[in-house]
Amino acid sequence: MATVPKLDVLICGGASCISNHSHDIKDKIFEELKKNGIEDEVRVIETGCMGPCELGPVMLVYPDKVFYQRLKPSDIETIVSDHFVKGRPVEEKVLVSETTRAIIEKGQQDTDFFKKQTKVVLSNCGRIDPENIEEYISENGYAALGSVLTSSTPDEVVETIKKSGLRGRGGGGFPTGRKWEFVKNTTNDQKYVVCNADEGDPGAFMDRSVLEGDPHCIIEGMSIAAYTVGANKGYVYIRAEYPLAIKRLEHAIEEAREYGFLGENIFETDFSFDLEIRIGAGAFVCGEETALIASIEGERGNPRPRPPFPAISGLWGKPTLLNNVETYANIRHIILKGWEWYASIGTETSKGTKVFALSGKIKNTGLIEVPMGTTLRELIFDIGGGVPDGKKFKAVQLGGPSGGCVPEEYLDTPIDYETLIELGAMMGSGGVIVMDEDTCMVNTARFFLDFTKSESCGKCVPCRVGLVQLHALLDKIVKGNGELEDLDKLEKLCYSVKKTSLCGLGQTAPNPVLSTLRYFKDEYLEHIQDHRCRAKVCTNLVTYTIVEDACRSCGICAKNCPVDCISGEKGVPYVINQDICISCGTCYDVCPFDAITTES
Amino acid sequence: MNLEELRKLREKGQREMMQRSDTSKYRIVVGMGTSGIAAGAREVLKAFIDEINTRGIKDVIVMQTGEKGFSSREPVVEVFEEGSEPVLYGNIDPEKAKRIVEEHIGKGNIIKDYQIIVGK
Repeated sequence: MATVPKLDVLICGGASCISNHSHDIKDKIFEELKKNGIEDEVRVIETGCMGPCELGPVMLVYPDKVFYQRLKPSDIETIVSDHFVKGRPVEEKVLVSETTRAIIEKGQQDTDFFKKQTKVVLSNCGRIDPENIEEYISENGYAALGSVLTSSTPDEVVETIKKSGLRGRGGGGFPTGRKWEFVKNTTNDQKYVVCNADEGDPGAFMDRSVLEGDPHCIIEGMSIAAYTVGANKGYVYIRAEYPLAIKRLEHAIEEAREYGFLGENIFETDFSFDLEIRIGAGAFVCGEETALIASIEGERGNPRPRPPFPAISGLWGKPTLLNNVETYANIRHIILKGWEWYASIGTETSKGTKVFALSGKIKNTGLIEVPMGTTLRELIFDIGGGVPDGKKFKAVQLGGPSGGCVPEEYLDTPIDYETLIELGAMMGSGGVIVMDEDTCMVNTARFFLDFTKSESCGKCVPCRVGLVQLHALLDKIVKGNGELEDLDKLEKLCYSVKKTSLCGLGQTAPNPVLSTLRYFKDEYLEHIQDHRCRAKVCTNLVTYTIVEDACRSCGICAKNCPVDCISGEKGVPYVINQDICISCGTCYDVCPFDAITTES
Repeated sequence: MNLEELRKLREKGQREMMQRSDTSKYRIVVGMGTSGIAAGAREVLKAFIDEINTRGIKDVIVMQTGEKGFSSREPVVEVFEEGSEPVLYGNIDPEKAKRIVEEHIGKGNIIKDYQIIVGK
């Protein structure tokens, strides 16, 4: 007999909350439940990411829908005795509306953070136990697979996906239905489906959260894809840096086999399908489809020229369907609710929703999902809460190292694949990094180039050599040695690397340089002509001085100065010898009295 | 696994997870203020949950709340039904709770004997 508990207590088991010790909180809850003798009345469930990572560790209590934030193990004793036993939520730990001071229930949708979101891909994330297949089944899990296998032909599925308008969520935005059709129409005795879970962009954690919070939706999406294209074997390529996602997916695959959703004669039909996980060793280039395929085959993760595309000749030379995590996660919803519903969300060219990971200089760091066509301003200021500490917004970086920086004046642009490309950025997988006035755009471009130059596989010359040269030019400017003609050189080199590189890594790596040159050329010019960095980030262009009145003569700056250019004695303010100073910024960092100022 | 087995599993699971649903036909709210607890509200709440589990009833949420202000009639229980006026019951004990589940939730009959009528 199914039993209903008095309370369902959902503790966020996303990586961010776990890092903030949500497991200690869970242990403490069990301890307190026992102490109060109510362990039979309360069901404690560890879920995937609930979204508001900034407020973590978070906990959601049903049926009251009371949302606890920033929990510490020491809060639990009172929460259990007052709330769980007596039904009185502990108000000081509960999320409260900033405007009305009312307790925010999840679903009450009082704040923009919840109100402006539409959860499709993340609908189960933070709501169900990702390690319990029966909870997934309760949320209509595997119903889409069952219906497709028993009542749709592969052609019908292709038609549905095509009409839905779903496009690849890995970044490129290729129409998913057409990709499926290519693989389906290629005749071969063996075909494969592969899921790209090699999420390598700095600041991106969408795919990880889906795998951690709702692993079965990937298995179901891949199974439907396999039936449609005629494959019987699938691989999920996932990075080793995601141990929790790997663990939960492994567990989910085992459960799916046990319940007969993977294996032979699924839903008593002729369809058989099984899945395996392949773990990537952390090379960024392995997110590129041909390099990923090489890596699964056991080869070095190098890309190869296309065509032939994987749809014709992929894994072990066989036709292979390759989609990203979020793409597969959409499939079951399209099947269950129909393509008409899906196509009604979004813009003319980009349908459905998109998951974004908000990070950087933003108040509500976290995982969110919005309809395509939401503006960047809504994303950053309404849902994200804007820039903290009263700082001014400068730019938003979209699409990771392949993307670009968008300045304030374009924030009202509705997000879709095309508009972002026009702005010189790209959807990418969905990483959103917000930058404030303390960010130097030249240095940011250098940061991304430093990343891509290290991650270049070295196979083709434009990427291997070009990125090193681009980085060297940026380094020169950042260090104050730039010349005006360097800007032309930069731009020219960017275009040749883009045009001539073999794979997506090299073809997109210059984007951060091009977009900052486009929107923040004045900052480049300032670095070159005035030897000035307005954000005071580029240390070579910054002068450090000790403010006499603030200096307490502790001598910590002098002790830490690597070139011994600071002198002084007890009772007398210290002084920096500007002739020797190398502007490393150490004194600024170590001064306990903030007595050192920067000038640029 | 076939479609019928999947449907059964889904129904069982949905019942187990009904405390988490956003909508439900009935909502039973038990007053758990100090006087409520002193008068046995915890046992009443437990009786509601147990009876719902025994009968395998769906589409109902059982919640606890603070003091309702009817100290003389504790334990106080309020039953909310979609589209109807809430019904307030007083002096509830575990046996009465079972009857409320059977009659009110199960058959839709308000039990007049237990009801507190708030003056018009």
